[in-house]
Amino acid sequence: MARFFIRRLLSLVPTMFIIVTLSFFLIRLAPGGPFARERDLPEAILQNILKRYHMDEPLPKQYLRYLGDVIRWDFGPSLRYRDRSVNEMIDTTLPVSTALGLTALSLAVILGVNVGIVSALKQNKWPDYTAMSVAVVGISVPLFVMGPILQMVFAIWLKWLPPGQWLSDHGLKAIILPAVTLSFPYFAYIARLSRASVLEVLRSDYIRTARAKGLKESVVIVKHVLKGALLPVVTYLGPALSGIVTGSVVVEAVFVVPGLGRPFVQAAINRDYTMIMADVIVYSLLLITANLVVDLVYGLLDPRISYK
Amino acid sequence: MTDDVILQVKDLKTYFKLDEGLLKAVDGVSFDLRKGETLGIVGESGSGKSVTNLAVMKLIPVPPGRIAGGEVLFQGKDLLKMPDDEIRTIRGNKISMIFQDPMTSLNPFLRISTQMIETIVLHQGMNKKDAKDKSIEMLKLAGIPSPEKRIDSYPHQFSGGMRQRVMIAMALSCNPEVLIADEPTTALDVTIQAQILELIKDLTARLGTAVILITHSLGVVAGMCDNINVMYAGRIVERGTADEIFGDPKHPYTQGLIKSVPRLDKATQQRLFSIKGQPPNVINLPDCCPFYPRCDRALDICKIKYPATAELSKGRNVACWLYSEGK
Repeated sequence: MARFFIRRLLSLVPTMFIIVTLSFFLIRLAPGGPFARERDLPEAILQNILKRYHMDEPLPKQYLRYLGDVIRWDFGPSLRYRDRSVNEMIDTTLPVSTALGLTALSLAVILGVNVGIVSALKQNKWPDYTAMSVAVVGISVPLFVMGPILQMVFAIWLKWLPPGQWLSDHGLKAIILPAVTLSFPYFAYIARLSRASVLEVLRSDYIRTARAKGLKESVVIVKHVLKGALLPVVTYLGPALSGIVTGSVVVEAVFVVPGLGRPFVQAAINRDYTMIMADVIVYSLLLITANLVVDLVYGLLDPRISYK
Repeated sequence: MTDDVILQVKDLKTYFKLDEGLLKAVDGVSFDLRKGETLGIVGESGSGKSVTNLAVMKLIPVPPGRIAGGEVLFQGKDLLKMPDDEIRTIRGNKISMIFQDPMTSLNPFLRISTQMIETIVLHQGMNKKDAKDKSIEMLKLAGIPSPEKRIDSYPHQFSGGMRQRVMIAMALSCNPEVLIADEPTTALDVTIQAQILELIKDLTARLGTAVILITHSLGVVAGMCDNINVMYAGRIVERGTADEIFGDPKHPYTQGLIKSVPRLDKATQQRLFSIKGQPPNVINLPDCCPFYPRCDRALDICKIKYPATAELSKGRNVACWLYSEGK
């Protein structure tokens, strides 16, 4: 297990190297650049700016310089917001996005798994139909529709919750609406997933054995069904985490949450090379870490998997 | 004679409601099981053997399944009318089961020790330590080498034959009155089959457990059983002692089954006999003899009405118009 973990950590290095290299050249391949929108810039000033950001150097040299910086976890200055460094922007926005993402994911997992189990146990009865109808809505209604509807109902009509902004303005209440909105499609998917896998396990031979041993139905469910039935949900958590972080771009815009999503989209529009690179690196690290954690949890849950 | 009957199945009916219609998987099955007896139930796939025995334990999935009638008397009490918490004290304790596929019948996520101990703690009221000692003892009886080391393994660390030994040890751990073995050797290769059958025979004889052995293999029942019930399309078509069934089969279906066993002692160049046609689809079956389309000796009445069971001698029955009055 420890050796597997160390090997996976080491494999991070080449993976990240490839991601950094590819994205570095890909962004620069696209026409235009960070300063292309500032029209009527005198040639001398433009040259000056380029020189300041070392962008007058040949591309390979820029690349090597950038690699050196990234290894020291220095993403350089933002090309758009000239008074702020990229590190600063990541440091202020990443915790917000992470808090929102993790809250939403926890909500989605806890509610999704429970609803899925109840649905499976009450298969084809009204709790099942209700839950699965809600799930279909959750999967098919996009976040930018769900968000404003919740805002309208809970913030404007009922005035229970703030319509937007973040902890500093409204305290913990502020996290509820964006987190619920963000979690909805994932809750729906996890509910359907766990319903299907509980149903499958319930029909398996070893559950028939457990019942034939005279165990109580509650013991059969908790002790014999759940461990196997939760494996597909665990597998889904890796992609879900990355999805929930990128999905928060929309939710952050709807609820004016000061997270990583807005700077990311703006950086892409503005060709803010250093900011784009930093975002790509942060998201990749998140995804890789999430997948590693999923693999480890998988190994703990399923004795048939052993890591050597 | 009836005093030592411990399990009595009377006119058991189990139906499944499907989109295509009503499937009468078991349609009026009756049999008695005596103390220490080994009873074989033989039939093709889909003849209702497994469903019969799941119904005895009330383990039929409801819906789509439904126990449509009959009684299952165990020590004088009807299992089918028992509330769930009462029948649970019988399952795994007084009547236990082993299943066809040992590869899937043990929970792959739990240690063998966990799965064995929970049954013993539940029914025998032992503490976990005693239950573990008892489990180790049972595994040893079932022929698992160094059980004290292997008991904490997971099922995937055992071979198929070893897993079936574990299942047998588990099923017998509460010293049941009845063991229902549902095709216990079908998923195993031939050399292991013989060992597992020997083990079941040996252990149940030692513990005085009555056995219901469900199988489609005549070879298996011949060596193991005192009495044999032959099932076809959800009903018992012939019953008798093993000697009677093999020495003097009455029902054309039983005769066909026995003829279609390959024989090593007769050097012939003939093709192996097989019963022509397919087992009937038991959905919406009319009231005819379900075997008549495949029967060489079918009479006109076979197409109209199911034959009443004729008693040829004590415990020797056959449901065929050839032996019924008024044909």
